[in-house]
Amino acid sequence: MDTHLTDDVVGPLPGDYKSDVKPIWCPGCGDYSVLAGITRAMATMGLERKDTVVVSGIGCSSRIPAYTSVYGYHTVHGRSLAVASGVKLARPELNVLIFGGDGDGFSIGGNHFLHACRRNVDMTYIVMDNQVYGMTKGQASPTTEADWCESKLTPEGPGVNPIQPVALALACGANFVARGFSNNPNEVARLIVEGVRHPGFSVIHILSPCVTFRPEQRNWKSTVHPYGREPTDDPNEAMRAVLEDDGFGLGIFLAGNRRPFQPESAATRSIAQIEEGFAV
Amino acid sequence: MTVDSVTIALVGSGGAGAMTAGQMLLDAAANVGWYGLMSRTTGPQIRGGEAAALVRLSPTPVHGPGDRFDIIIAFDWQNVERFAAELPLSEKSVIITDPSQGEVPAVLAASGAKQVELPIKELAGRIPGGRVNMVGLGAVAAIVGLPRAGIDAVIQKALGKKGDAAIQASNAGIDAGSREAAGWNLGLELAAPNKEGATRWNISGNEAAGLGALKGGVKFCAAYPITPATEILEWLAPNLAKTGGKLVQAEDELASIAMCLGASFSGVPSITATAGPGLSLMTECIGLGVASETPVVIVDVQRGGPSTGIPTKSEQSDLNIAVYGLHGDAPHLVVGPTSIADCLFTTQWAVHLAEALQTPAIVLSDQAMGQSRAIVDKPADAPHKANRLLATDLGGEGKYKRYADTESGVSPAAIPGMPGGEHTADGLEHAENALPSSQASDHQKQLDKRLRKLTSHDYGDAWADVEGEGEIAVVTWGSATGPSREAVRRLEAAGTKARLVAIRLISPVQPARLAAALDGVSKVLVVEQTHGAQFHKFLRGHYDLPGAVSVFSRPGPLPIRAREVHETLVSLI
Repeated sequence: MDTHLTDDVVGPLPGDYKSDVKPIWCPGCGDYSVLAGITRAMATMGLERKDTVVVSGIGCSSRIPAYTSVYGYHTVHGRSLAVASGVKLARPELNVLIFGGDGDGFSIGGNHFLHACRRNVDMTYIVMDNQVYGMTKGQASPTTEADWCESKLTPEGPGVNPIQPVALALACGANFVARGFSNNPNEVARLIVEGVRHPGFSVIHILSPCVTFRPEQRNWKSTVHPYGREPTDDPNEAMRAVLEDDGFGLGIFLAGNRRPFQPESAATRSIAQIEEGFAV
Repeated sequence: MTVDSVTIALVGSGGAGAMTAGQMLLDAAANVGWYGLMSRTTGPQIRGGEAAALVRLSPTPVHGPGDRFDIIIAFDWQNVERFAAELPLSEKSVIITDPSQGEVPAVLAASGAKQVELPIKELAGRIPGGRVNMVGLGAVAAIVGLPRAGIDAVIQKALGKKGDAAIQASNAGIDAGSREAAGWNLGLELAAPNKEGATRWNISGNEAAGLGALKGGVKFCAAYPITPATEILEWLAPNLAKTGGKLVQAEDELASIAMCLGASFSGVPSITATAGPGLSLMTECIGLGVASETPVVIVDVQRGGPSTGIPTKSEQSDLNIAVYGLHGDAPHLVVGPTSIADCLFTTQWAVHLAEALQTPAIVLSDQAMGQSRAIVDKPADAPHKANRLLATDLGGEGKYKRYADTESGVSPAAIPGMPGGEHTADGLEHAENALPSSQASDHQKQLDKRLRKLTSHDYGDAWADVEGEGEIAVVTWGSATGPSREAVRRLEAAGTKARLVAIRLISPVQPARLAAALDGVSKVLVVEQTHGAQFHKFLRGHYDLPGAVSVFSRPGPLPIRAREVHETLVSLI
């Protein structure tokens, strides 16, 4: 008798995408929920583990690859988008996701963020924004308010205005831009699924509180609100709307239709033929 | 009476066509069976400014620049003072000057060189569509005895598409220059060419490096332009595409090396090319390649440094950063081509080694090789291919150890697409299973294996070019090899045996091999093009050098000439 439940085939479960490594994060860190959302999204899509590559830089959220069971590359601070671009451009058949934080992505990695948005390689960037450098124990990041005075490095506050990641992504030409909140991993998972399925470079900005260095971010659960508009494919319309947003609107801002960058090539010449060009 | 080597400078500010004339001279000489070398000296200007094509021709292979210029022909003298030091002359030299361009600059006239007037501009002006550089080319061709058939083929190839009028104008210019020079009898007719032997190639060092990458199996390049490395990238762009690979322009060198690591992590052999400033930016990611055991090849076409330095001129002063520039204990490969043609072999070898040893390889070329073009015998095919050791037995769920502590130090790699090989490659120190670890035992074990895989590998005879015998030896590397080789052969021709050791494998060091190569030597001359004698100090740090050691070390942009090395050797005997 066949004991397999052949009539009731289930797809992979979120747990199938988790490794058994225990995260280094503080209790209450938003990144736990984001990780749950990521593995849920992977299960929803049924991604082949062997064909999925996750890339990260340095920081608390950049630790995620080791907590997954797919192929991962934990690289250096700020360069995750460039490394991931190399993976996807060289092996277009792979699913490529990038995880990182606000400092990694918008400060040291700012130039790569700009160019990843405009290059529009088909991959998904999940950036966990807690407006602080957590791993180095609480310094201001590019998304920290100018008057945040809790850092020993900038006791009078950083004194410079924060950037708005979603507006920046739109300005730089990202093709899919959304914002989620770590308290709702189901919604995070949905946004990731949409982002991965959408062709081109997808930016998922996730508000993910640092309860250790920014305990006031616990209040974000009462600050966030639905963005309240249907996704548009028009970057101009998305930009106008985002500029009116308070930075806490959740949803999909843009699902654009720019063609992904993916140069194709086929071998049409042998090296011997190329060498002939040097003959006198 | 003929000469065995003739060295010519075609001088003219941008627009005069000095580079074109030099290129055509070299191509024509190749057509008739001469060997040759053309280097270029330019200022930083994109157009205009000082420029000279420096061409050396010989019936035998040309190893490096001539001792001095036999002929300087100037279309004008604008800004020539800026590189006059790069134009050594003697009283045997000939300066061909257009009286309409003013007097020969004193700095050159002081050499006592013979001056010959040629109204280049006037002659060109009489020809519809005539150009000064063709008149100059004709004059030089007549002086060295270059058969007209060689030039005709070049003109046809270069101008065939532009139509008969352009060809006629060029021919008329060449004829005019040749007619004038025919009666000068300067005694600089080059010995008859020898067309025997292998097929000849006309190739630059940068092209050769690109070809070496292809032959090694590179399929991905991420590129950021920088002088004097850009031609590697520009050559690879179409040729990678034709062979099923890809080149992507990156936003900076931080990205280009990072993209290469990403491509390589996914199993695709990758390369990038840069110069000193770019290498500086890349060093953090090269360290990531070491720690995560991700192969990658970086060709550094060295130029004068530090900082922006002298971007268009050569130096060997990136040796230190290439060997020592990474933080932490980060063993990696550093290799240096010993000639223009060898840029092919060495780059191909670097691809092979990087993949075999799963680590970054830095190829130290330089401007003098990269941007110079030579007529050479077709290089022999080398067997070196990218061949990464891949895991075949992944050992079941969760069992695979990406950084397994093997006897060779090389761990079988799993790349995306291989089920059961899933792991996170990491720049954090890690255990054998790739998980982050700060334990002393894991750090020791991984440091040991990353070193062991390099030191226990058998690099074979390619570690150096070892030539000759005798008790005096030149130890050198890179583009200093050519003039050193010529100097050693002159010494031998005069009856003194001498050796040449040009080290191709800079790192890891090969003390036993160098000791064997120098066995019985009592005098060593180290030759290099740096201000700080970087190579000498590097040798002192890692090798025992026998007997009395002398150093010939000078920064760029002045190239090292065989005469200088030869004189130094003679003074040591």
